[in-house]
Amino acid sequence: MATLAFDVLPRETSPGQRALSRLLRRPSAMVGLVVVAAFVGLALAAPLIAPYDPVATSWSAIRKAPSAAHLFGTDELGRDVLSRVIFGARASLLAGVVSVLISLSLGIPVGLLAGYVGRWTDGVISRVTDAMLATPFLILAIALAAFLGPSLTNAMIAIGISATPVFIRLTRAQVLAVKVEDYVEAARAVGNPHWRIALRHILPNVVPPLIVQATLAIAAAVIAEASLSFLGLGQQPPAPSWGSMLNTAKNYVEQAPWMAIWPGLSIFVLVLSFNLLGDGLRDALDPRQA
Amino acid sequence: MSTFLTRRLATIVPTLLFVSMLVFGLQQLLPGDAALVLAGEDHDPSVVAHLRAKMHLDEALPVRYVYWLGGVLRGDLGESMRMQKPVTALIAEKLPVTIQLAAMAIVIALAIGIPAGIVSAVYKGTAWDYAANAVALWGLSTPNFWLGIMLILLFSVSLGWLPASGYVSPFEDLRANLASMIMPAFVLGNAIAAVLMRHTRSAMLQVLSSDYVRTARAKGLDERVVVLHHALRNALVPIITLGALEFGTLLSGAVLTEQVFTIPGFGKLIVDAVFNRDYAVVQGVVLFTATVYITLNLLADVAYFLVNPRMRS
Repeated sequence: MATLAFDVLPRETSPGQRALSRLLRRPSAMVGLVVVAAFVGLALAAPLIAPYDPVATSWSAIRKAPSAAHLFGTDELGRDVLSRVIFGARASLLAGVVSVLISLSLGIPVGLLAGYVGRWTDGVISRVTDAMLATPFLILAIALAAFLGPSLTNAMIAIGISATPVFIRLTRAQVLAVKVEDYVEAARAVGNPHWRIALRHILPNVVPPLIVQATLAIAAAVIAEASLSFLGLGQQPPAPSWGSMLNTAKNYVEQAPWMAIWPGLSIFVLVLSFNLLGDGLRDALDPRQA
Repeated sequence: MSTFLTRRLATIVPTLLFVSMLVFGLQQLLPGDAALVLAGEDHDPSVVAHLRAKMHLDEALPVRYVYWLGGVLRGDLGESMRMQKPVTALIAEKLPVTIQLAAMAIVIALAIGIPAGIVSAVYKGTAWDYAANAVALWGLSTPNFWLGIMLILLFSVSLGWLPASGYVSPFEDLRANLASMIMPAFVLGNAIAAVLMRHTRSAMLQVLSSDYVRTARAKGLDERVVVLHHALRNALVPIITLGALEFGTLLSGAVLTEQVFTIPGFGKLIVDAVFNRDYAVVQGVVLFTATVYITLNLLADVAYFLVNPRMRS
């Protein structure tokens, strides 16, 4: 009898499983996920997929329009645009992911510290965060990249640092909300040390909004890397990057428009996919907002 | 009012102080001896010595900061190494161009974002809503420098309607000025229109479900009057205050847009300074931008305070 009663009860699912099933029910988020996965596959398998060496120049094939031999045409040095777009996905994805990892690894501990410790520690951290947020994201990244020197690594550091205050503020706000919950009080009452309460009881409960923000931040970081490379502060030639390809392409809009169309379209599609995925994750992880 | 203002002003002082430390700290990122780097490629010993003395490089870091901050407080943001002009003069020279660009961009953003947000909220869940959301997502995902290049391709190269680049002062030829500014303004306004549309949609949805809107409808008022007179008026307050925070997007966008369309404004000033290793200009521009942003934030808060009677009580 008891067995029967348990059989008719709905099967217990974890919050993670419920979030995943909500995510899977959103077609736009799934499209975003598939496209992002495709770009990751493209970046990883670039040497196998790209028809030509992305940095190999050919004086006999300068600014050739798209054809069977060069599907996306060639650039001002006769390099194959398709191969450069495929290899360019590496710089964009790497910059997107690495800079957000930098932001997370700086922002989460500092935000946790500000929210958990409070008092003057919070006061100082919050004022520094306000100061960084007062400087427009891209202008701060440009200034940092300018002083650090132009390179893809420095661009990633500059973008990562510029995006950090958002994560500090978000983590802090979440910690402030979570640290007054009963289970945290209970953990404190049974004598857990502060580090254990912060890391084992608070941190896991502030993760969902951070995942959403991180996904949207990757989209912003991809655009920021392309912007810095467009300005000559990111990936340095001849290594391919969508931003630097557009920088060159703007000088040949009249003669070779295909040089500008494909790298820009790639940035747009990748950023759009991360935005769709981020919006879907927000709805899945926070059903109140859906 | 005065208590609110005093409290609000008290919070911006430490923020501005930290901004100044951040901007001063940028200089410390320069590899090696700052005087050698700033003196340019020639490393003229007299220039290096002059810079060393001027920047107090032989003093301790906190002392140098105090000297630098003293200058900033007197309105001295340093001097451009390349152009041999005070940074403040350069900013004053370039700013009007960017202000015109930004003003046109805001007009375009308001003209697209607010109607799209209203339509999206009023027709929630319909094809209109999905279309407006798709346009917003498009605006948020398009890199504006690419959009700029594509518009040049269409309107300058293919159709020949508008100039691809260059700037004409409105005092010289207003028509030519507008022709040269309309594409960059649209590019810049596009991303802000997307943000405004999202803000308008959520503010309108909230207001449309409130009791007084239900009452207005129950009185038998025309739906257009309900939406535009009763709902929009109240929804506009948060939209305008949130819109003020888009200043950062506007300036970041201006950097790239001015680069694409070769407009000699504030954004181009910082990019040229970066390439000329004119670090005082970079620092000055960052400090100026942050100060304007903080001031705008303050004004937005004051405006919100003034128009929202609940906050005053």
